[in-house]
Amino acid sequence: MTTESPALTTPRVESRERVTVRFAGDSGDGMQLTGTQFTKTAAVFGNDLATLPDYPAEIRAPTGSLPGVSGFQVSFASTDIRTPGDAPDALVAMNPAALKTNIGDLVPGGLLIVDEDEFSPANLKKASYTTNPLEDGSLAAFQVRPIRITHQNELALADVDLPSQQKFLSRNFYALGVVLWLYGRSLDTTIRWAEEKFGRNPEVLDANLKALHAGHAFGETTEMFHTRYEVAPAPVPPGVYRHISGNEATALGFLAASVKSKLPLFYASYPITPASDVLHELSKLRNFGVKTFQAEDEIAAMGAAIGASYGGHLALTGTSGPGLALKSEGLNLAVMTELPVVIIDVQRSGPSTGMPTKTEQSDLLQAMYGRNGDSPVAIVAPATPSECFGMAIEAFRIALKHMVPVIYLSDGYLGNGSEPWRIPSLDEFADITYSYAEAGEGDFNPYKRDPDTLARNWAVPGQPGLEHRIGGIEKSADNGNISYDPGNHHRMTLARTEKVARVANDIPDLEVTGPDSGDLLVLGWGGTYGAITSAAERARNEGKSVSSAQLRYLNPFPKNLGDVLSRFNKVLIPELNTGQLVVLIRSKFLVDAVPFNKIAGQPFKIAEVQAKIDELLGLREPFEFEFAVPPAIGG
Amino acid sequence: MATTNGTTTNDELELPVLTRKDFVTDQEVRWCPGCGDYAILAQMQRMLPRLRIPKENLVFISGIGCSSRFPYYVETYGFHSIHGRAPTIASGLKTARPELSVFVITGDGDGLSIGGNHMLHVMRRNIDLTIILFNNRIYGLTKGQFSPTSEMGKVTKSSPYGTTERPLNPIRVALAAGATFIARSIDRDTAHLEETLYKAAKHKGVSFVEVYQNCNIFNDGAFAAFADKGVRQDKLLYLEDGAPLRFGAERQHGITLDGFEPRVVEDVSSDDGLVVHDAASRTQNLANILAEMDYPDYPVPVGVFRDIEAPIFEDLIAAQVESARQKSPPNFQDLLNGSETWEVS
Ligand code: SF4
Repeated sequence: MTTESPALTTPRVESRERVTVRFAGDSGDGMQLTGTQFTKTAAVFGNDLATLPDYPAEIRAPTGSLPGVSGFQVSFASTDIRTPGDAPDALVAMNPAALKTNIGDLVPGGLLIVDEDEFSPANLKKASYTTNPLEDGSLAAFQVRPIRITHQNELALADVDLPSQQKFLSRNFYALGVVLWLYGRSLDTTIRWAEEKFGRNPEVLDANLKALHAGHAFGETTEMFHTRYEVAPAPVPPGVYRHISGNEATALGFLAASVKSKLPLFYASYPITPASDVLHELSKLRNFGVKTFQAEDEIAAMGAAIGASYGGHLALTGTSGPGLALKSEGLNLAVMTELPVVIIDVQRSGPSTGMPTKTEQSDLLQAMYGRNGDSPVAIVAPATPSECFGMAIEAFRIALKHMVPVIYLSDGYLGNGSEPWRIPSLDEFADITYSYAEAGEGDFNPYKRDPDTLARNWAVPGQPGLEHRIGGIEKSADNGNISYDPGNHHRMTLARTEKVARVANDIPDLEVTGPDSGDLLVLGWGGTYGAITSAAERARNEGKSVSSAQLRYLNPFPKNLGDVLSRFNKVLIPELNTGQLVVLIRSKFLVDAVPFNKIAGQPFKIAEVQAKIDELLGLREPFEFEFAVPPAIGG
Repeated sequence: MATTNGTTTNDELELPVLTRKDFVTDQEVRWCPGCGDYAILAQMQRMLPRLRIPKENLVFISGIGCSSRFPYYVETYGFHSIHGRAPTIASGLKTARPELSVFVITGDGDGLSIGGNHMLHVMRRNIDLTIILFNNRIYGLTKGQFSPTSEMGKVTKSSPYGTTERPLNPIRVALAAGATFIARSIDRDTAHLEETLYKAAKHKGVSFVEVYQNCNIFNDGAFAAFADKGVRQDKLLYLEDGAPLRFGAERQHGITLDGFEPRVVEDVSSDDGLVVHDAASRTQNLANILAEMDYPDYPVPVGVFRDIEAPIFEDLIAAQVESARQKSPPNFQDLLNGSETWEVS
């Protein structure tokens, strides 16, 4: 990639459109923090970017072990990008285990920075290396840059009054300093952040900043790197921007729904990976009137949300797949009592406990059908981390206007992933409307319906003259009393179904990216947006007749979906499951859609979707996934 | 929040003068003739006007089972929910809307079997709910299987050879969970029942009332040996706060303590040495001893076992909201901006 020229004192600066860097180390090495700081710096610089944190499954696996490796990948670019990158161009490995679990992903010729000091016989053994990869020639395909990070960090911190174990913890700042130098980035963002974070702990602040500067100076003064890389800012619409993760955007979006509707937000939840961040974020917001309730179990969280909804509040509960299973009984009560409540499902790999820290999209059919009886609910799914904000508002807009439970399907990839976000004005989002019943003549009938939406009459405790009883037993459409009348159950079931179907009148049409007809439509939903859209775009750039579309409304579907499908010769549906949307599409539209399924706990790579597109267009042999061995990161 | 929902609070209103009839709905009551549930409903409807709470601020939430039909028959807001989950719905409602008065109606199966976990936690949190557990020691609605309070060895439809499991004592469960008001009454003693319901409703914090309720279809006479009119005076121990533990038609018998063991002393004239009931005792020791006293070894205690004050969950949350608002007045735009922004022009 670069030519050896030891005499060069000022490194060459090479311009890149896009760079993908992965930081990997022991879970105690602070890799998430390092990645996040690098990301914020790139964001403030004006790059477009996307991130993929990868947590180990165990909270504290043995230090230096393979299952203890934690990774953070960020892709940043001078153009609009939608994914955290298929494969890293540069890898920072803080120990042998991190090298072992990640090297399989690094592009050939890629830059590899390692902490040489950590490659001791003991650590090599923990990572199951029989020989030292820094010496045995096995890394010949890469530009290896061994740095004595531990040692250099110790020297830089010589006059800091901290025990050496604690000094060791600043190594990640040293590494960050090197990488910031490598990509020509300022230290300011990290310095400001560190001053705020460690302000109360001057010794630690001092240590971290010394390490950061030392790493930066190392890049500057040694001749180890012959090239620095420059990635220009991306042209983006004007506005004020911030960096945001999907789970943060989810929490803020639901608060925005409260601000817009002027109803207080109530959030009941039981801790579960990867949805707990939403609970953490919302529990900070007491000053906005947000009441959070950490329930004794998933069932109680669902019940508490129903209680708050019954009381007229903006009622929300959140979980992941196993929790949604437990909530299904309560959710059905909300279906039957026709109360507006929103259920967040930040999906993870299943079934059962599955792989809690890994992503998947396999709860769509559970959301659709996972309840006894005919039990329709509305389902929405954000497609990017920042879009979680707007879809949260949408979820409550639909729930309140139509008096239906709404399932909001995020996933681990969206929830933990992050990107720059143009901070919107609340006026950019549709208003949230709802109405309480008014006392009138005669007895109150809770099941009197709005003629347009079929939303039922809503009265909340505290309203005089509207005392009434609701519950899970079928009720008469005429007066809300218990009814076992056969015709009534028939009519009520159809009314509940039709009410959800009519939400379609109230949601935007599906947008097609690319020509609105052609050889192939790649149709996705939720978090696969980035890989699908980019793959289809690349195919078009190669002259192929390929368009893409991403569903954000899964039940009901946008009204124009059937029409869109009919305008393409073939439909490809990539999903991180064994084929769930494809089941719905095939049964509803009798379209011979082709499933494309990855169930690896990892998002699609753009190249994978591209290859499948080519297969469908008859341009290559059948595509097979190639999974790195050992698995990319973590245990 | 009161205004958001158009709620009127007691302070703003002339306190209403309501009668028992105001709390009767137009629904035909569907319990088996002779069921103890009728008496509980009647005493509730008699008691409610005494609370002087506007009807619209009263909510009855139930689970599933015979007792859980209760809300249909009380002319207030009502929610007949799902099996065992009434405490969860009540917790959400009361946390969101602390100004409402919320009752939970449950049974031995609903509250202690399928909903046992929720029952523990609602009591632990001390949410200001009034929980009435109808204990008939049987599954009535599903037609006669044993329940978690059925006595060991009981022969039922699902235990033709007799049960092989030990029963739960609801009062001891409530004590273990730290409920701040714990009482027991019986369907057949209407005056005592009404008074117990009243005290429970008045208590600030969670109230737990076990009502011995006769299921005359599937477990008839379960409590007859000590609750029937003829024997009651000699077999029940009516607890009175601050008074010595006495029972019998002439209150001639008393209870003393021998170490930790309660002893019945018959025909004792002096109160000296008799245990004096203290529902607000610093520890639960006395309440635990009373809770273990059972037929036939002892007279069965009824009345208030425990009545203490403790911080109330929903009040603490409301106070956190208030103080957080004062400390950092909500500014949504600031929150959206987060810790770092940059501008692109
Ligand atoms: S089955 Fe028993 S508890 Fe149920 S209504 Fe009949 S008598 Fe009452």
